[in-house]
Amino acid sequence: MENSEAARTSRRNALLGVNLLRLITLLTALPVIGVIVYIIVRGAPALSWEFISAMPREGMRAGGILPAIMGTFYLTLGTAVFSVPLGVAAGIYIAEYAPDNRVTRLVRIAIINLAGIPSVVYGLFGLGLFVLFLKFGTSILAASLTLSIMTLPVIISTTEEALRQVPNAFRVVSTSLGATRWQTIKRITLPQALPGVITGVILGLERAAGETAPIMFTGAAFFLPLLPQSPLDATMALPYHIFVISTSVPGMPVEIQYGTVLVLLIFVLGMNVIATLIRNRARARRQW
Amino acid sequence: MSVKISVQNLTLMYSDGVESLHDVSIDIIANAVNVLFGPAGGGKSTLLRALNRLNDLADVDTAQGKIVFNEQNILDPATDVIELRRKVGMVFSRPAPLPLSVYENVIYGLRLMGERNKSLLDERVEQSLRQAVLWDEVYDRLNDPGTSLSGGQQQRLCIARVLALEPEVIMLDEPTSALDPVSTAKIEGMLATLKERLTIILVPHNVQQAARTADYAGFFLQGRLVEYAPGKELFLKPREKETQDYVTGRFG
Repeated sequence: MENSEAARTSRRNALLGVNLLRLITLLTALPVIGVIVYIIVRGAPALSWEFISAMPREGMRAGGILPAIMGTFYLTLGTAVFSVPLGVAAGIYIAEYAPDNRVTRLVRIAIINLAGIPSVVYGLFGLGLFVLFLKFGTSILAASLTLSIMTLPVIISTTEEALRQVPNAFRVVSTSLGATRWQTIKRITLPQALPGVITGVILGLERAAGETAPIMFTGAAFFLPLLPQSPLDATMALPYHIFVISTSVPGMPVEIQYGTVLVLLIFVLGMNVIATLIRNRARARRQW
Repeated sequence: MSVKISVQNLTLMYSDGVESLHDVSIDIIANAVNVLFGPAGGGKSTLLRALNRLNDLADVDTAQGKIVFNEQNILDPATDVIELRRKVGMVFSRPAPLPLSVYENVIYGLRLMGERNKSLLDERVEQSLRQAVLWDEVYDRLNDPGTSLSGGQQQRLCIARVLALEPEVIMLDEPTSALDPVSTAKIEGMLATLKERLTIILVPHNVQQAARTADYAGFFLQGRLVEYAPGKELFLKPREKETQDYVTGRFG
């Protein structure tokens, strides 16, 4: 009898423990959900076709935010152009070719640390290197390059990680059938790792799209009457625009502020959802 | 009987200096099933992986010795390893179809060579799958993933994949260790047919399989080749006491 009493107590304690963990998990999700719901509620009234397709009017206090949307689009695209080929190539090299020695380990540690550098430091570095030294000026080009350097570590490490997850048996089998190392990568390893690589690329670009500090000194403008015409033009961008209209424009209608935040949120969360879909689909189809 | 591959005084070491094979000399006989057997860790797999230079992928160094194949020492750094691996094919103990369709698995090696001729590829797929006694089971699902086949079918697919390259030698490293008795019998039966055209090196997964299949058999113990003789001789009247103890089940 005593025995079953003890068993019942321990079962009750276990149940209590699980429920406590469940509660804590729920609590951590709460702020995120709260922020999103709040922004949707406050920002949704401002959303209209005009808001996303028109130029700002009356000192940005009315009209739309088209130049900021286009600017963020261009910056994300520019970042992708530079960081994806470089990052994927570096990830392939580290995972598939680099010998396991001190130099490789040093490079890997450097990459991991690069991911931890505060974004404002990237901004100042970009200002020094791209804007001033290479004389690109405050431009989409300079800002994209700055964002690329910030994004590279994410893309390199996720590419490397995705490649390492591909079972080594595939490499051995492929080699035994007369494949060169590059043939194995091209035909087997990289296609198998591709969903992971794409997920990493999107998550990296998503972070770039939402950053303010790196573009503040390198390419973002307070206000421009025209859309940018070339990569050497400065541009407006959503994150910096949000900073501007919430700190530096007196008499700014609150719903425009929330509306702009909501547009950025949709942009970034949209990329996140796409990344998740790609990952889930690939996981379901994976044969190993 | 002619010698297909001649291993001469081969000593292999891991990079940490531990010996894997010690002074092994063995002649692989053409058009026969050459069985290499013995307890785990005896160096059989390492020897197989030396014969097609797959050890290049691992940290194994040749300390000394030669492997002569088609009058060439294949351990020579100048050897065309890609060409070598096409001629000396390998089947692994765990069936490992590549993440491709049945069809693409079979012609993987040909694709690597840049072969594009569709009718030649089709023909080679059917021919290889027939030789691997698999065609009748998969001819109507060539586009399904290789992994959708059963374990026994997957292993025969891996054999077909090697045969598609029309190799001179096929090495099988415990090919039936993960398979049921029916699949095992199919693969052993296939070997008897295949040896008419090519040379087979088999690492069996137990002594019974060694005795059933061997035309020639070598007994490996801790990196040494203890004894090498025609199969009947070695299993019925082994010269060495270690061999006798092992084949009669006294250790192993």
